[in-house]
Amino acid sequence: MKKKIFTPAVCSMIIAMVTPAFADGHLSQDQERAIAARQSHMGLLGFNLGPLGAMAQERLPYDADVAAAAAANLAALASMSQDRYWLEGTDTGVGGNRAKAEIWSDPDGFDAEMQGLATATVALASVAGDGLDAMRAAFGAVGQSCGSCHEAYRAPRN
Amino acid sequence: MRVFPIIALVLIGAAAGWFFTRPQPIDPDRFAGLIGNPDAGETIFAAAGCASCHADPNDPSSLVAGGRAFDTPYGTFFAPNISNDPEHGVGRWSDLELASAIMAGVGKDTRHLYPAFPYTAYNKAAPQDVLDLITYMRTLPGSDRPSEAHRLSFPYNLRAGIGAWKLLYLNEDWVLAADSVQMERGRYLVEALGHCAECHTPRNALGALDHARWMAGAPNPSGEGQIPNITPAALTWSVGEISEYLLSGFTPAFDVAGGSMAAVIRNTSRLSDEDREAIAVYLKAVPQVEN
Repeated sequence: MKKKIFTPAVCSMIIAMVTPAFADGHLSQDQERAIAARQSHMGLLGFNLGPLGAMAQERLPYDADVAAAAAANLAALASMSQDRYWLEGTDTGVGGNRAKAEIWSDPDGFDAEMQGLATATVALASVAGDGLDAMRAAFGAVGQSCGSCHEAYRAPRN
Repeated sequence: MRVFPIIALVLIGAAAGWFFTRPQPIDPDRFAGLIGNPDAGETIFAAAGCASCHADPNDPSSLVAGGRAFDTPYGTFFAPNISNDPEHGVGRWSDLELASAIMAGVGKDTRHLYPAFPYTAYNKAAPQDVLDLITYMRTLPGSDRPSEAHRLSFPYNLRAGIGAWKLLYLNEDWVLAADSVQMERGRYLVEALGHCAECHTPRNALGALDHARWMAGAPNPSGEGQIPNITPAALTWSVGEISEYLLSGFTPAFDVAGGSMAAVIRNTSRLSDEDREAIAVYLKAVPQVEN
């Protein structure tokens, strides 16, 4: 009679040995929530950039109240603490997200980008209701801040 | 002796092989009587995206000092120092020698240059534009950062093979037909100066662009992820939206360009509105490729 090699005991040993290797590719619930939260945050930033950008590009007539409200939202969003967003192990390697490993390997550079966005959006909020030209100038600086961070810390889609 | 004809054939074959694959500098007649204009050259420098590869990665304000590494299936290429420094840059190269490098992929020492340098696109540039570019580049500050030798695996480290590669893949044909002045301008900016296809078009096993899948997206040559499909099958923005993106980096949904495209936007933002619109018109005319 042939001896069975894959007894239940052996199988569970193999599973125990292989599981840590797979765990790298899977996310904990906390990690999934953190990724979802920061992507929602980006969505809110984009949503509030919308009316300002459309006015800056003269696709919408300038409206001081709408501009001021959207810019105030941007400033509030950019000033929020993001400490719980950037959990270890949530870079591009997992979950199809686009956060580059440089966010973790170069935290000072990344913090500087976040600080830059906060500064640029607060400046925008302070002038967004003061007319199209003032808003547009400050809006340009916000766009450059977005692009500067995306250049260094966001990977292309997969 | 029967051996003699065989030896003769081998020698003739080798001579023919050398003859057809030898480095051939640019024809000087194409530059006869031209005078470079550095102001016009500044725009060509942006349109040709020179700094996107040749800027010092540790000091991006140094536009031509080189040093950026490109990991490829063939090994690692290093962007050389193309500043005016006589020792480490190209300060001692004549205008014609530089034009030969840019348009024919032949260096000062009459060696073949690797097509990681997109002379496959620049060979379609107007000689006047190339001379303007060279004249402008000579006004940029020199850098004494030594160029780094490429680290390529066998057989790609043998430059002789580049001659055969050029025979197969180097030509001055346009990919798309152009039926208007605007489309012609867009094609010139995209296919010749901008060399957009170098990242946006997939390659065959020998690294040549797949014209049947023109602009259909490809693996990112400088890291993770995919460079997107920008044929109208995937890029559905209007001409105005594409032009705006090339100016400000903003997508219609107010996302902002990142990655390598951020450097491209820095260049396209320096072009005229007419040129950005011509690029957009060209992109709308690219055959659709699904992927």
